[in-house]
Amino acid sequence: MFERVTEGLSGALRRLSGQGKITEANVREAMDEVRTSLLEADVHYEVVESFCRRVLEDALGREVTKSLKPGQEMIGIVHERLVELLGGPEEAPAGIMRVSPGPTVVMMCGLQGSGKTTTCGKLGAYLKKRGRSVMLAACDLQRPAAVEQLETVARQVSEEMPGGAQVHFYGEPERCAEYGKAVGVAVQVAQRALARARELGVDTLILDTAGRLHIDDALMGELHQMQRVLQPHHIFLVVDAMTGQDAVNSAKAFHARLTVDGVILTKFDSDTRGGAAISVKEVTGAPIRFIGVGEKLGALEEFHADRMAGRILGMGDVVSLVEKAQEEVSEEEARKLEEKMARGEMGMDDFLKQLRTLRRMGPLKQLMGMLPGVGQALKDVHIEDDQLNRVEAMIQSMTPDERARPTIINASRRRRVARGSGTRDQDVSQLVKQFNAINKLTKSMAQMGAAGKVRAVKELGGAGLGGMMPGVEGLPAFRTKGSTKSAPIRQRAKQRKKRRR
Amino acid sequence: MGLFRATVGKLRKGLARTREALGGSLRGLLTGRRLDEALIKDLERRLIESDVGVRATRRLIERVREDFRRGVLTQGDEVLSHLRRELVAMWPEADRSLRMNPDGVTVILVTGINGVGKTTSIAKLCKALRDEGHSVLLGACDTFRAGAVRQLEIWAERLGVDVVKGQQGGDPAAVAFDACSAAVARGVDVLILDTAGRLHTQDPLMRQLEKITKVVGRQIEGAPHEVLLVLDATSGQNALRQAEEFSKAAGVTGIFLAKLDGTARGGIVVAIRESVDIPVKFVGIGETPEDVEAFEPEAFVEALLGD
Repeated sequence: MFERVTEGLSGALRRLSGQGKITEANVREAMDEVRTSLLEADVHYEVVESFCRRVLEDALGREVTKSLKPGQEMIGIVHERLVELLGGPEEAPAGIMRVSPGPTVVMMCGLQGSGKTTTCGKLGAYLKKRGRSVMLAACDLQRPAAVEQLETVARQVSEEMPGGAQVHFYGEPERCAEYGKAVGVAVQVAQRALARARELGVDTLILDTAGRLHIDDALMGELHQMQRVLQPHHIFLVVDAMTGQDAVNSAKAFHARLTVDGVILTKFDSDTRGGAAISVKEVTGAPIRFIGVGEKLGALEEFHADRMAGRILGMGDVVSLVEKAQEEVSEEEARKLEEKMARGEMGMDDFLKQLRTLRRMGPLKQLMGMLPGVGQALKDVHIEDDQLNRVEAMIQSMTPDERARPTIINASRRRRVARGSGTRDQDVSQLVKQFNAINKLTKSMAQMGAAGKVRAVKELGGAGLGGMMPGVEGLPAFRTKGSTKSAPIRQRAKQRKKRRR
Repeated sequence: MGLFRATVGKLRKGLARTREALGGSLRGLLTGRRLDEALIKDLERRLIESDVGVRATRRLIERVREDFRRGVLTQGDEVLSHLRRELVAMWPEADRSLRMNPDGVTVILVTGINGVGKTTSIAKLCKALRDEGHSVLLGACDTFRAGAVRQLEIWAERLGVDVVKGQQGGDPAAVAFDACSAAVARGVDVLILDTAGRLHTQDPLMRQLEKITKVVGRQIEGAPHEVLLVLDATSGQNALRQAEEFSKAAGVTGIFLAKLDGTARGGIVVAIRESVDIPVKFVGIGETPEDVEAFEPEAFVEALLGD
């Protein structure tokens, strides 16, 4: 992710915000560091230069140096400019448009190995979840077995992914040929796919195309022809988030031949600094629509510039987190659980269910990164999702009675559970103790106002949930209002120490 | 490995479009110009744009600036030969041929992140080795990605070699085990193992790679004799992290720089050389199995600077 950019930026800006008074020289110095960290993040040279120039002009123009809180104001400016760079706050509505009569035609394009075929599958899953039927059409006749790959992916989406809508596949494997031959045939395949999609009344048709070099005239011509004949409603350029400075050249070339109206960034779950994203947006003007964040077919997220800018600056992304939670938990379920908690009747089973929901939302570390201030604190902490496996194993080794009333777990029961789950006795007793603490807390919380709740959760701290998962002490930082000001206590102490130095 | 002689010409052809696309090369920038601060700034920019990285660029630029101030460098042309010398010196004479096992099957493990071109690169290696008269067997250890085994099979059919494969979704280490047994039984010269693309940040997958390496080592003495990390020439500074992490997990012995036929200059290998010492062994410059060359520093640097 943008972690590395974040580090550099927030380091430079934090130093600024630590100073009561800053001079123009301070600002310039900080911007120099920002510049370096952006370059190291593979943001294109020119983009970096103009970004830094704009921020500096802004800062000096608004007389940041005379402001009461110069650091805060500076962060504000950088945030504003970052949002602008990443796509502007008022973008066209996210997602895939819907046309009538259907189908909506979506065409993918990009270099070899950028992840087009996988992304087709993810987009299919995304639409299926929203109740829209899709057809995945294999128009990559160049790469060996690309058609088979898409067919398998389509089947996986159809069988394994949530949602009720139909998922179809269209392919003509016998038309495949060696690289550079059969150029143009893909256009006919796409036409037949469209005809079939109309027949079936499919909502959205997704066209996978062969990866090609932006300087390969014949193949670029094929894409152009495809656009002319099929008139896709969306043309997405699929870009590997790890691309270097050359991202600008290829994006420009694709954009020159096609009307690319959106970018999908893939492999975003790596530790890439992701600068290519910024460059591509800047040169094509096409907004980043989606980001691929994992190998699984559900690992596709809508891209939001303002939230991403917040994440880069270490301000967290609570909105995305809440959205993720809403996707996984129905309101009905949430209400029922709340009632149970209010009565202090939450059992281990309910806890297990919540745990699983949490895990469905994504790897723990990724989730924690969305919390304000936590991202920075967590950057070196190695969160093993294995820890959660152990908690799950322990609960599963309990009898239904024990799960409903954990207080009945005595020494002998404890030993059995430990043996059954491959853990130690003390792990089990710790789990039970923490569970009881949470239960007591939730009961009393139900009778509290909002402010009290926040306080109570904070007090839970390392002793409660955090302690259950070693290394996750960041949890108490779950606050209601997010800003860089509300960094976890430990981190704030660290900052104070730094300032004194 | 006599056949892997790079011809500057072929590499240049691969990079010819670079110059057209980017409106001039470093050579074009420097030739016939008087050296001044503005030109040094331009030079910095061009180096960064070639993915050489901030660190290597700073180092190279500082030397130029110092020599400029001392009056040693005054002309662009001098800077050009100075840069060429500095860059070529980063890869001293070394054995960049494949490490062959003198007494038995040579096992080559090919690895890298998703989409860098592992399978295509394997086809190229396979063709080159066969042309040299070696018998080759392929092991399809990418049991994860849909269609990956089939992709390798199609290449194998075209090249006329056999593939050992396992179940889709099965244990790749088991396939590696079978492939080793088959290679020994058939007495082939070289076994090339294809692996699933994996991000270097995914711990479980990196551990799986360790396991494959271990299993292979138990089957055949000293195997894998060569662990090639395939890098995408268009990739940015993250490739550095890839080199570090894959080395940790699988002991990378060489880099295969793929996709050098685009407009990317592959400057990333300079950045990598700046911090880790893994030899670049091959470069891939096209889509057909013939499009592979041994890495030659002079040729690479010439192409990087442009002509």
